[in-house]
Amino acid sequence: MSAPAPTGSLLRTRHLEFTVVGVLLVLLTVIFPLCNAHGLLSDFTITLWGKYLCYALLAISVDLLWGYTGLLSLGQALFFSLGGYMFGMYLMLQIGMLGSYAKAGQNPAGLPDFMVFLGHTFLPLFWRPFNSFGFAALMVFLVPGLVALIFGFLAFRSRIKGVYFSILTQALTYGAALMFFRNDFTMGGNNGFTDFKFILGHSLVEPDTGPATMRGLFVASALALLLVCLFCHWLNGTKFGLVRQAIRDGENRVLFSGYATANFKLFVFVVAAFIAAVGGALFVPQAGIINPDQMTPDKSIEAVVWVAVGGRGTLIGPIIGAITINALRSWATQAYPDSWLIILGLIFLLVVLFLPGGIVSLPGKLKALRGHKGKPAEPAATRA
Amino acid sequence: MITKFSKLLSVGALALVALVAAARAADTVKVGVLHDLSGTMAISETSLRDILLFTFDEINAKGGVLGKKIVPVIVDPGSVWPIFAEKSKQLLEVDKVAVTFGCWTSVSRKSALPVFEKDNGLLFYPVQYEGEEESQNVCYTAEAVNQQAIPAVDYFIAQGKKKFYLIGTDYVYPQTTNLVLLEYLLSKGVPLANIGGGYKKDGSGKIISAGKYTPFGHKDYQQIIAEIKDFASSGDACVISTLNGDTNPPFFKEYAAAGLTADTCPVVSYSIAEDEFRSLPAKDLVGQIGCWTYFQSIDSPENTKFLADFQAWLKTTTADGVVKEGRVVDSPMVLSYDGVYLWKACVEKAGSFDVDKVRAAWKSGVSFVGPGGKVTTQPNMHLTKTVYIGESKADGQFKILKTFPDVYGEPHLKGTFKAKE
Repeated sequence: MSAPAPTGSLLRTRHLEFTVVGVLLVLLTVIFPLCNAHGLLSDFTITLWGKYLCYALLAISVDLLWGYTGLLSLGQALFFSLGGYMFGMYLMLQIGMLGSYAKAGQNPAGLPDFMVFLGHTFLPLFWRPFNSFGFAALMVFLVPGLVALIFGFLAFRSRIKGVYFSILTQALTYGAALMFFRNDFTMGGNNGFTDFKFILGHSLVEPDTGPATMRGLFVASALALLLVCLFCHWLNGTKFGLVRQAIRDGENRVLFSGYATANFKLFVFVVAAFIAAVGGALFVPQAGIINPDQMTPDKSIEAVVWVAVGGRGTLIGPIIGAITINALRSWATQAYPDSWLIILGLIFLLVVLFLPGGIVSLPGKLKALRGHKGKPAEPAATRA
Repeated sequence: MITKFSKLLSVGALALVALVAAARAADTVKVGVLHDLSGTMAISETSLRDILLFTFDEINAKGGVLGKKIVPVIVDPGSVWPIFAEKSKQLLEVDKVAVTFGCWTSVSRKSALPVFEKDNGLLFYPVQYEGEEESQNVCYTAEAVNQQAIPAVDYFIAQGKKKFYLIGTDYVYPQTTNLVLLEYLLSKGVPLANIGGGYKKDGSGKIISAGKYTPFGHKDYQQIIAEIKDFASSGDACVISTLNGDTNPPFFKEYAAAGLTADTCPVVSYSIAEDEFRSLPAKDLVGQIGCWTYFQSIDSPENTKFLADFQAWLKTTTADGVVKEGRVVDSPMVLSYDGVYLWKACVEKAGSFDVDKVRAAWKSGVSFVGPGGKVTTQPNMHLTKTVYIGESKADGQFKILKTFPDVYGEPHLKGTFKAKE
């Protein structure tokens, strides 16, 4: 949508967005976990929804770039996975002597199983600091952030825009996936990391303590989402937020007004990488596996679809999109294992055709249909 | 709103399911089917879903298991590996299935495995794999490395081959198989120089990777084929291929174009069975070697009846998404079929669907005479079965050349073979 002037109606919308997000997240951080602790909500549901929240973080990172800054990145899954891998390294080293080789007495050094598998007898140097949670948590930000910084610096300095930017981000994530697929990269190859046992000393698998750990991860995901929402909400209100939207709507004008747009874009790109990486780091212990498939371009494109369905350029759109589509997918792959792809495809088509503003534009449309009060909101223009 | 609504919906759905289940629980048993029906693996795994449905129908027609009819719960992980963990959890915690048949790729098994161990479920895994695993929650009906890779090498050695070229797709199954084969070949007195594809050593000088590897979906085999041609110029070489599905057509096209044939330098492919031939250039593959614990061409009364029954079922079934024309069967399908019957036999022996009791029955040794001959369960969760070496024909079938009866499934092979001095 062309950036509307900051009028009263916009402020009201923002206020509404904020309230909805607040209510939703109180529900997620307090009510859901309490229900789970008292057996009203199954452990299965909690883990599932924990994953959806992580996907929502990925979707927000896409929206921050695409919806607010006009940069269609098809490589956000890379930052999501890098965050996941960095945290996964910590989780792998926490398995210690509980891996299947160690149990059989064939792994005195307590290496991750896949290393024993490939004949390694000692831990590669770059793995060693990942024994520390703090270091791993730092790397969750540093590594994806650095990749984004370097790539963004080169791309934005060269004024790479539009579809070329999309293609380059896609190539970046594809290249990384190929690298991670290689077994001699010592990041687990195709099988990736799995079979996690502990996180900060809390068991992920024990029948009596595991569910509580999962609940903790769920709350952490919800809190991360809340913080990111608050941050984005704050950012939208700043002058920076306005410049960003101006870049989306007419970059040359902003450039000629004396703003170094490349720096603005670089900042947003790195922040988006951080957000995706946090999502990935929280995703891995809840999903139980990370492998290079998670960073192939189609995963990034999936996230773009979530944002499109939910409503881009809005705060809650990507969250709604990510949760709706993934919940639908979880349900349909069981209820209609043979035709779920067709069902999902149909929904995408319907949204694109009749709701170009995504699900969040539905109430406005309905209102317009019912009362003819004022004009319906302009649908978001499609721009790459 | 969405969350509330979906909660309401799921509570309603659960109540409904519980009601229906209560009415039917008395005479049915739920069984999970965890195979990819969409995505890259769908082409292989839908066949396994089909054969499982056929087997369930066959067993139900004869009165079911312990008098209970099998009700399959089919889910589609869609070739997305983390979803295997999610769906396993759903099958075990929400649907509470008695047993699950599923997985094809190693990574899907590795994703599902922690869930099966945590919830003490039982997974039947039917596809040739790399070994190095012995979970108490998996029944490996699959071929272990010594039930496929090693017999094929024995066959080549008996044929007088002196040089062995190892090539595979870069993932765990080829990497492990080739390491085991390297040790095995060295133990048979084959010098390192006669093992092609190269090797990699770690800091201490220990070989940690043997053979040539290409990524998934690799297309350009010109250089590698040139290397193989050079390697095979002495006339006593063979190729041991663990290349994965879609890299096989370009590999064999280039191989034929270079003038190599099954006579000058035969290739044994561990990942090509009858079902894969549907997408391969059969004329480029005539005379190449396959090694499995079942071939459709096996001439036995059990196999004849199995093939006829399956074709008859295909004609009449009303199950969704089953392709009815041009169907063949292959080893993973038959091992899925055997798996269901072995589970039935274990349940009947245990007199219960309880996982611990069924596992104990499995460990005590249960036999079933299937289309590929007799299979017997072992204490290490694997199967003793007969291994066949076959030569591919233009019609996509195999002519059986050699049979190794009752090979014991051994998952831990690395380090077992010592090189001759």
